[in-house]
Amino acid sequence: MITRLEDKELKRQSRRQLLRLAPVAALGVFAFPKISDRLVMTGVAFSDWASGKLFRGQHLAQTFSNSEVVPFEKFPYNGYDVLDPEVDLEKWTLTVEGDVQHPGEYKLGQIQALAKVEQNTRHVCVEGWDVIGAFGGARVSDFLTLVGANTGARFLEVECADDYYESIDMASALHPQSLFCYEMYGQPLDRKHGAPLRLQMPTKLGYKQAKYLDTIRVTNVLKPGKTGYWEDQGYSWFGGL
Amino acid sequence: MSNEEPVNPEERRENDAKPAPAAPEASEAAPVEQKEEVAPVPVAAMSESAAAAAEAEPAEEPELVRAAYEHPLAIRLTHWVNAISLFVMVTSGLRIFRAFPSFGPKIPEQVLLDIPKAITLGGWLGGALQWHFTFMWFFAGSSIVYFVYQVFSGHYRTMLFTPRDIPGVWPMVRHYFLFGPKPAATGQYNPLQKLAYTSTIGFGMLSLLTGIVLYKPAQFAWLAFVFGGFHLTRLWHFAAMCGFLAFIPGHLLMVALHGWANFYSMLSGWKREPEYQE
Repeated sequence: MITRLEDKELKRQSRRQLLRLAPVAALGVFAFPKISDRLVMTGVAFSDWASGKLFRGQHLAQTFSNSEVVPFEKFPYNGYDVLDPEVDLEKWTLTVEGDVQHPGEYKLGQIQALAKVEQNTRHVCVEGWDVIGAFGGARVSDFLTLVGANTGARFLEVECADDYYESIDMASALHPQSLFCYEMYGQPLDRKHGAPLRLQMPTKLGYKQAKYLDTIRVTNVLKPGKTGYWEDQGYSWFGGL
Repeated sequence: MSNEEPVNPEERRENDAKPAPAAPEASEAAPVEQKEEVAPVPVAAMSESAAAAAEAEPAEEPELVRAAYEHPLAIRLTHWVNAISLFVMVTSGLRIFRAFPSFGPKIPEQVLLDIPKAITLGGWLGGALQWHFTFMWFFAGSSIVYFVYQVFSGHYRTMLFTPRDIPGVWPMVRHYFLFGPKPAATGQYNPLQKLAYTSTIGFGMLSLLTGIVLYKPAQFAWLAFVFGGFHLTRLWHFAAMCGFLAFIPGHLLMVALHGWANFYSMLSGWKREPEYQE
């Protein structure tokens, strides 16, 4: 709508209105790498907080029929370092530590004795690809019950035979589809997929699903800079789907 | 924010024959105003105060400038926050895409596009994700404010492309691309502009909704279903970016061609000497 006003007045009004945009200039701090590094870490932390709020402990991720599962050869091997850390499968035990009533060494047989869950779920990689695979294992929650874990604790930490390490929030660990996985496609987990035991959680990105498990720990505190191999380099810690 | 759009009538000088009607809805009042300003002669007929004002500054009137307060504060703020956010989202998004530059299976992986590192932000996948996960909040927040403001202020009428604008598209295309005659300006935006701006709202909605699916596919499985599944959602997300990338160069070119007064209006809200008449 046209108005007519004096040149001086138009300039004055324009300047006033221009100044009101000043808050946008605050985004300019992102142009300074030293500041922006910290700000984007804050952004990720906020996103993780929101992700935790969005997560529903009993909401199941989609499952698929056998015909929708990709052939075994098309399920990628992904490792950060070596694909086969040469775990001695005969002597392997899972070390359980932290806020549990029965810490100690657990044999694979004890985990396999728990109710077996088989599920065809989507494995989503942070890179953007995804595959639907067939997994079998024991619920993390069942095992935590077995070892008398304090499920009121905040985190489950895991360490791996290839020096990979991870930590997940307890709510995700207790999710009914979160497995200690010892089978893929009806066969014992092969070495490159993480034998003898890996995490398999359709509510988490692939990098959270550590392979070649060696030690698990129930805890309320994570050591800063030791929350997960990729997280310590800048990936989102929650990594939830 | 609604008290920002008016031209601050109380601050305008008394010698204006009549304070301009402020709300855009009141456009039917504009011709009346014009009439009064074109023919301010019968001083005797004016109210006392206006007559007094006219006496005080007798020779000022020819210096009045035609101007329009085109962009309310909410629109300007969200325009610039979105401009910055989109720059970050696109450049970091391209970096993320580099990690798996395909819409097919992982095995065998086909590289669809080799995005040059130089045009990406974040340095590596993790860094790019940090930027993406930070500015998605700015982009979403700003877009929601923009959308809600447009709807509830009625300001959208200046820019929303409607079927009535269809006949006007071709003449504009002919003018811009085929050196055809310039159609007369009838409002703040011509039909082609309306089409472009309205499309960006579509691209924004598409990128936000598909972004939610890609970020939380398990929590928002129903939304993934709407977009045809996780794979297709990723493609739609990319397509929304392509939409923005198609819009932005043309937008910048037009801004460059139309000069300072036009550009400055997106900073100050005020457009000096607009082409249209009411």
